[in-house]
Amino acid sequence: MGLSEKTREEARQIMARYPKKRSALLPMLHLVQSEEGYVTPEGIALCAEELDLTKAEVGAVATFYTMYRRKPAGTYHVGVCTNTLCAVLGGDAILDSLKEHLGVGHNETTEDGTVSLEHIECNAACDFAPVVMVNWEFYDNQTPATARELVDGCRSGNPPAPTRGASSLCTFKEMSRVLAGFPDGRAGEGVQAGPPTLVGLQLAQQRGDNAPAYPDGTVPGAVVDKSGGEQ
Amino acid sequence: MTFTPVLSAGWGDADSFTLDGYTRRGGYAGLTKALTMEPDALIALVKESGLRGRGGAGFPTGMKWGFIPQGDDKPHYLVVNADESEPGTCKDTPLMLANPHVLVEGVAIASYAIRASHAFIYIRGEVTHVVRRLQQAVLDAYAAGHLGTNIGGKDYDLDVVVHAGAGAYICGEETALLDSLEGYRGQPRLRPPFPATHGLYGSPTVINNVESIASVPSIVLGGAEWFASMGTEKSKGYTLYSLSGHVKNPGQFEAPLGITLRQLLDLSGGMRDGHTLKFWTPGGSSTPILTDEHLDVPLDYEGVGAAGSMLGTKALQCFDDTTCIVRAVLRWTEFYAHESCGKCTPCREGTYWMVQILQRLEAGTGTEEDLTTLLDTCDNIFGRSFCALGDGATSPIVSGIQYFRDEFIAHMTGKGCPFDPVASTVFATAPNAGAPA
Repeated sequence: MGLSEKTREEARQIMARYPKKRSALLPMLHLVQSEEGYVTPEGIALCAEELDLTKAEVGAVATFYTMYRRKPAGTYHVGVCTNTLCAVLGGDAILDSLKEHLGVGHNETTEDGTVSLEHIECNAACDFAPVVMVNWEFYDNQTPATARELVDGCRSGNPPAPTRGASSLCTFKEMSRVLAGFPDGRAGEGVQAGPPTLVGLQLAQQRGDNAPAYPDGTVPGAVVDKSGGEQ
Repeated sequence: MTFTPVLSAGWGDADSFTLDGYTRRGGYAGLTKALTMEPDALIALVKESGLRGRGGAGFPTGMKWGFIPQGDDKPHYLVVNADESEPGTCKDTPLMLANPHVLVEGVAIASYAIRASHAFIYIRGEVTHVVRRLQQAVLDAYAAGHLGTNIGGKDYDLDVVVHAGAGAYICGEETALLDSLEGYRGQPRLRPPFPATHGLYGSPTVINNVESIASVPSIVLGGAEWFASMGTEKSKGYTLYSLSGHVKNPGQFEAPLGITLRQLLDLSGGMRDGHTLKFWTPGGSSTPILTDEHLDVPLDYEGVGAAGSMLGTKALQCFDDTTCIVRAVLRWTEFYAHESCGKCTPCREGTYWMVQILQRLEAGTGTEEDLTTLLDTCDNIFGRSFCALGDGATSPIVSGIQYFRDEFIAHMTGKGCPFDPVASTVFATAPNAGAPA
């Protein structure tokens, strides 16, 4: 494929965000993945040139972090949480089921290039266990059956929407661009919270519980201005 | 016991994550007030409130701010640790998804207090939509004049960068996070010198957890006394407790520090039907497990410490009687072995060998001598590793053997695991299938 001048220009935009340019390396590697689908030798060379580093220095960083892929990721990169809590609640069964269903193992990609699979560590959604991530969007409260439907949707080009995420699933490359710090304008899509996130708040409301009022009498977080504007 | 929604108060609104949604509920009033105060007065206020770090260690936040040398000629930095990765921990992620602006407001106040003109939010990369929400919140805060130049009409400028990590648990350790943010492999630094004097780019730096920083706007509005009116003597304020596992209603509960797990379970619906609590973590997998003997332990820094564990991140992972302790401990140990950064020998080698031993214990081919070897290895890792990852790796093993030695032995005498893994899943059909007598 080959990286374009535009990519190089965008790499420089990332560098300009930081007091010292080397800080840009992680987002630049996300940018490389947004163009190439993985960290290619050419991408490593680009980062090295722009940051005045050797390719070995860039490679040493790229291989430290699990999100950087050394082989092309699928269009849809599927991660099944198998850290203890998700594993026990069903993550192990989900991973086994997907391996068999897709015919690929950990860190492998289907022959058609649509789906890559890996087992992942805790993804900070334990109250939604078992959790599956696709392109690092949340698919909460999965079962082996729903996870198989999910990957079938990915393979046919019609993945279901994330449970807490954008209103449709982006590709691996589109996701990588967001992580490189180039917003895709989709922050307003999707729910503000999933049901477990609101369990405690709803319980407080049922019980009539509030935090103590501030000295001026207002209740923390209460609606103060129905117009939504300032002043 | 009264629930105290502060951070979560607006989460029920469909637009809670937007600038309008936050402003409607009083958002950014804390920043407006803070900018009328002297920076030193803000540091004193946060000290006086008793706010302690919500990322696990519980270090007093105001004291951390106070360590920043003032009047030096170096730039100061604020770095927010949004690399939430401790197994079981799931509070900062929903917080930032539902209301990224309360974090941005806290960042502006904290930066003003420590006289920083550049702040970074280091968020783990594996949460695409949370990254989107934070990016948008920062853009909207600039447009509204809450960030950028001459904030609130004052002679104060602040730039905020949202920086996505790339998958490494160790980057939640604050000095590894700094190395990562500087574009290196995320490995911890030797301390001293501490980040307060030699942090990001060798400059004075405050690193705070998301929830700690998000608590600051309410402290500015409510005052130190208001904040300290919640909680216990040495553990002040409200906090987010995250309930997960074999419970009927997992989720986020905002309550004063010092609530007990029994209260939380009683109020939220308890364990799933037909089963009882077997073991739980008070604050993630790096905090020693507790059992049903500890249901009445006050969940504050002192109470959990006195029970032989740590409050940590208040990640209450609850496992019922269908769960095999050996399987749980092995899986956590595999996690630590995978995430060990490799810098120091005790952690790198120790976690590797402990996985081998636990694998044979789970398979039923281990011996009692293996348990001794495991505990010896833990002795040689704990306190001898470069950072807290190694210490954390010993927690599930030592506490697991302490409370459930018989179950480890049962794997040897029974030549394998006596539990049915299907019974512990959420989609198990028969409620009591496979539970050992």
